[in-house]
Amino acid sequence: MFDRFIIDDRETPRFRVHRSAMVDPEVLARERAAIFDTCWLYVGHESEVASRHDFRTRRVGGRPVIMTRDAGGQVRVFVNSCPHRGMAVETRSEGNGRFLKCFYHGWSFDTAGNLVAMPDDEAYGPNFDRQNMCLPRPPRVESYRGFVFCNWSSTGPDLATYLGHSRTMIDLVADQSEEGMSVLGGTHLYSMRANWKLLVENSFDAYHAMTTHQRYIEMIKASGRDFSRRQQGPAAAGVARRGPLDLGDGHAVTGSVDTSGGDVMGALGRAFPDEETRARHKARRARLVELYGEEWTNRMLGGRNHLIFPNLFIIDLVMGCTIRTFYPDDPDYMEITAWQLVPNGEDERLRQLRMGNFLTFWGPAGLATPDDVEALERCQKGFAAHQAAPWNDLSRGMNGNPINSEAQMRVFWRRWNELMTGEVLPPEPEVLFDPERDGRRIAGLAAR
Amino acid sequence: MSSSPDLRAAVEEFLYHEADLLDTWRLDEWLALFTDECSYLIPATDRPDGDPFRDLFLVQDDRFLLEQRVESLMTKTAWAESPHSTTRRLIGNVRAADAGDGAVAVQANFIVTRARQSTVDTYPGRYEMLLERGGPAGFRIRMRKAVLALEELRPHGRISIIL
Repeated sequence: MFDRFIIDDRETPRFRVHRSAMVDPEVLARERAAIFDTCWLYVGHESEVASRHDFRTRRVGGRPVIMTRDAGGQVRVFVNSCPHRGMAVETRSEGNGRFLKCFYHGWSFDTAGNLVAMPDDEAYGPNFDRQNMCLPRPPRVESYRGFVFCNWSSTGPDLATYLGHSRTMIDLVADQSEEGMSVLGGTHLYSMRANWKLLVENSFDAYHAMTTHQRYIEMIKASGRDFSRRQQGPAAAGVARRGPLDLGDGHAVTGSVDTSGGDVMGALGRAFPDEETRARHKARRARLVELYGEEWTNRMLGGRNHLIFPNLFIIDLVMGCTIRTFYPDDPDYMEITAWQLVPNGEDERLRQLRMGNFLTFWGPAGLATPDDVEALERCQKGFAAHQAAPWNDLSRGMNGNPINSEAQMRVFWRRWNELMTGEVLPPEPEVLFDPERDGRRIAGLAAR
Repeated sequence: MSSSPDLRAAVEEFLYHEADLLDTWRLDEWLALFTDECSYLIPATDRPDGDPFRDLFLVQDDRFLLEQRVESLMTKTAWAESPHSTTRRLIGNVRAADAGDGAVAVQANFIVTRARQSTVDTYPGRYEMLLERGGPAGFRIRMRKAVLALEELRPHGRISIIL
């Protein structure tokens, strides 16, 4: 395996990634061991198992899991494999039931994972260890504000420590309703014939928006959204561009602050269909200001493309918030799963605007994502010639421009490089997250 | 759904015409088949009976978005379809029934193949449509829903064509 993946040259400046990282099966094997088996991986959102005995099945880090809510209301995560002979106990993607039953030999488990019945029980005798024949668990399962993660390693930092400043970015989403946030029914289950790290880059790549997503921008303009003031300076249009922030340990975010006072909805997104809808958006904003203050609300209603290393994005561009995760089956193929997260108790008109806006951009049949799929798949095809054309360039903004920068991608790649090779490259100090400058959650300004 | 032979024959003719317009990329003629108030829907693969007001869909176009989708697909900047892919549609198991007020409810199965850049993807599914009688093609489309018979969009990765 090639072992010099990154050129991080601060003098020129220049940042390069070797394309073998996108095609070499040995790289993927090492990624599985050094990254996916050591990092906290997203399982799901607690609202997906809203009622007792709800369950969801999915793959996390390439392994089958079941997420349940047990009789006591606790969210649990199990390996979807019977402790008896290994069969996947549940194959439906979602459902509700007090028992999870393995049809192979009929062993049954409750939603807390305990073995509750096994046919011909007497044949095992009194000393058989029934207590420990429960559904197996990932070594660690923890959650933060409704986002459930698991870790396939029993050592390493706990989830809160692992997330670090990413917690602040999750707060900005989780605080958007006093009644909590929920994942909608319906999932975007799709794929790309491309390396998974290309989707990491693409998921917070501001540079490609005006070229790759030209047709989306045209649609937004046709809806009546006026971008002309933007050309006089971003703040004039109500959404100030902010550059990327390095949240530590490979986590990073790009984002904007909404300074419009509620006059527009997000950096992108369609115009308000009527004044009544705009008024309702402003009313919602006013309540958030009561709760969190003007500055925090402006951050909350700005946009965020937030990477939680290695493969979770929470992208909130106000006109819709998506949770997106992906996993490589091969160097040139990944499976992608994406959900829509919405504020509970949202005004009906705002919800319809949100849902309409979400779909036009997000998802494999929108007016944007198919063109991303096209772009990344074509990059992957180009990498077939990596021996003749070995390097990708991610230098944008290294020359003292922290706003129009690709620093967020370099944050990812430095952490990836560290876990893969042990080489530690210093961060870019000007984009390091600073709670004093970049905000801190102040809960309870108003009585909650 | 009961289906009189005459009505079914007329609806089949209309569906074949529609499929031909899509396969030959005459998308503005296809768009002209729709009523002013119309919808084009594709539910999520894991929620085929989803409610567009409550659940996440794959496509949920009103007239404005459908026009935008069609117009953009005829430009060079719809990169996923530039150049256009080659598609073929097979429509079968057509049923049609009066739905009151001159409307016709239609169900039909489809298989759409999309070939592009050495890859062929297959999209099987079922149409559920609400048609109105009238217009040069015999019917106009008020609601057109394509319910995929897939568990996931893998390895397709996208629906960049009209299904």
